Amino acid sequence: MTAPQPLISLQSVSRTYRADGVAVTAVRNVSFDIERGEIVAVMGPSGSGKSTLMNMIGLLDLPSEGALYLEGADVADLSEDHRSSLRARSIGFVFQSYNLLARHNAIENVALPLVYCGISRKERLARAEQSLESVGMVHRAHHFPRQLSGGEQQRVAIARALIASPLIVLADEPTGALDSRTGAEILALFAALNRTGQTIVMITHDPGIATQCRRTIRLHDGALVADETLAPIPPERSAAP
Amino acid sequence: MTMLQGFQIALHALRLNPLRSILTMLGIVIGVASIVTVFAIGSGAQLRLQEQIRSIGANVLMINPGAVYQGGVRLKDGSKLTMTESDVQAILEQIPEIQAAAGSIAGTAQVIHESKNWNTTINGTTTGHFMVRDWQLATGRYFSGSEEAGAGKVVILGSTVAHELFAPGEDPIGAQIRIMKVPLEVVGILDRKGPAQDDVAFVPLTTAKLRFLGSASNINRDSVAYIIAKVAADGQMAGARTEIENLLRQRHRIPAGQEDDFKVQDPAAAMEAQQGAIRTVALLLVAIASVSLLVGGISIMNVMIVSVTERTREIGIRRALGGRMRDIRLQFLCEALVLCLLGGAIGVGAGVTLSMTVARMAGWITSIDGQAIGLALAFSIATGLIFGFYPAHKASKLSPIEALKTE
Ligand SMILES: Nc1ncnc2c1ncn2[C@@H]1O[C@H](COP(=O)(O)OP(=O)(O)OP(=O)(O)O)[C@@H](O)[C@H]1O
Ligand SMILES: [Mg+2]
Repeated sequence: MTAPQPLISLQSVSRTYRADGVAVTAVRNVSFDIERGEIVAVMGPSGSGKSTLMNMIGLLDLPSEGALYLEGADVADLSEDHRSSLRARSIGFVFQSYNLLARHNAIENVALPLVYCGISRKERLARAEQSLESVGMVHRAHHFPRQLSGGEQQRVAIARALIASPLIVLADEPTGALDSRTGAEILALFAALNRTGQTIVMITHDPGIATQCRRTIRLHDGALVADETLAPIPPERSAAP
Repeated sequence: MTMLQGFQIALHALRLNPLRSILTMLGIVIGVASIVTVFAIGSGAQLRLQEQIRSIGANVLMINPGAVYQGGVRLKDGSKLTMTESDVQAILEQIPEIQAAAGSIAGTAQVIHESKNWNTTINGTTTGHFMVRDWQLATGRYFSGSEEAGAGKVVILGSTVAHELFAPGEDPIGAQIRIMKVPLEVVGILDRKGPAQDDVAFVPLTTAKLRFLGSASNINRDSVAYIIAKVAADGQMAGARTEIENLLRQRHRIPAGQEDDFKVQDPAAAMEAQQGAIRTVALLLVAIASVSLLVGGISIMNVMIVSVTERTREIGIRRALGGRMRDIRLQFLCEALVLCLLGGAIGVGAGVTLSMTVARMAGWITSIDGQAIGLALAFSIATGLIFGFYPAHKASKLSPIEALKTE
């Protein structure tokens, strides 16, 4: 009872897709925990199951086998509606292709998750402005996505992911569509967020980026092949293996 | 997500594509406009008929000339005036159920008062005419006995004619008007009975024959164009009718087996039948108009399905950001509803304008009631719900992961 629960806990999670009678196991018997305040890089070759894993952590998908616990609760036991509202309140998604709504301006895009939290328009816009402020994009609040550069769009997407103060930010190749300099800026933003205690899981192909994360999880053919925590190990976790 | 937010999102989406939104609504607009118009014209026609039925008076029989034979050739109905003033007398005296009866001849002429003139129906008849039709005077008096017997130069005006010839506030009683150069004194103004009835001027039958209509070749001194008769009670209509037929056959010496040279009709009953027919036609037209509402609904469904497909990625994003299935469903349902409601409102406006234009141009009576408008709007809401549900449901069932992968 008193032992603190990990934020996310995967226990022998598998995910099998069945298409035209052919079963493809995208994630195979994967187990690991994510603690609060961590920043984790997920690496692996294309098709190794990174996005599939991310979708399950983000409650967009459910394991075919095994169980995934969010703050100790088996997510398979939650209703579809409950998982949806957890996505609105507790999960912040950042996608490689930004996924902003083209016909809404930056501040409306950032405010979108709050629509599904039942928050009034006035408060939504006030909080969206704060969130834009935190990624340095408040001067572009009324621009539409097509009027923004890739890096700016990704900042807006990060502001949107942060707006509901989520338990965890999940980023699927957030720098994949950006040049290396802009990518480094985005990465610095994530690093700064992590220093304030924000838990982040980030898929990346770039080993340079991965080394900036304290922990790297490697997948191959859907299986977990490495889970490395690099120095410097924070003092409070020095007892961990 | 609340209903209000759903409507806000819907309005935002529809504003982005105004032309498409308008085209999508068009079917509903046309459907609702035609339902409102058909209702307005149909109930207007019914009102007009009801007014006519009322204006004829209760329990009235009308006797018109029928077919006649000349040298073995059948001439068409009404080609010869077969009834006479003595027929009227006989009906009055010999048939106990008849309370009042009057013969009439009629034509059209211009009536002139000072600088004003008006073309109207001139009806030559006796005071009995007003008794049969329960037609009261607004002011003045009916014809006197000596005026009826001696072709008195007097006239009783329907309210439309009085309105056209005299300025407001002017007292027509005692004034001189002229019909075909004959000066006549206005002795009475009739109560209003309805627009179709009030446009008439009555003169004594004798006056009409002697001074205006008598020159027509088919009128001999004694004949009348038609007779109206009032039966004492509703239940006696059929009996009185048979008695009149028997009496007239006998008086006109029609041998057994030959067709009557007159026709006894119950105009109220005939009009009631006509009213039924109007109702049927109106219902049919409403049914046809409803089909265009249906087509409008289908076009909304079609556009909504396309829109859901186009916006699959948006749906995926909304789901990933916490939109529940029912939120997505509500969003698209609201879009369909807004289209239908907006279309319905425009349709009501167009229908009201259209029926008012028809009323003005064609001179028809139209009647727009709140019930028809409410019904049309209810129809369009129902259309929105029915045809919006499938696309909205489809949208809500999309897998968020698949939706996010689409381009
Ligand atoms: N809906 C699906 N149906 C069938 N198979 C799928 C489906 N989605 C993913 N897969 C398969 O699962 C495997 C893992 O896919 P996933 O998208 O998780 O890979 P990834 O590691 O994210 O790759 P990348 O780096 O290219 O994004 C792939 O072999 C893919 O073909
Ligand atoms: Mg991927």
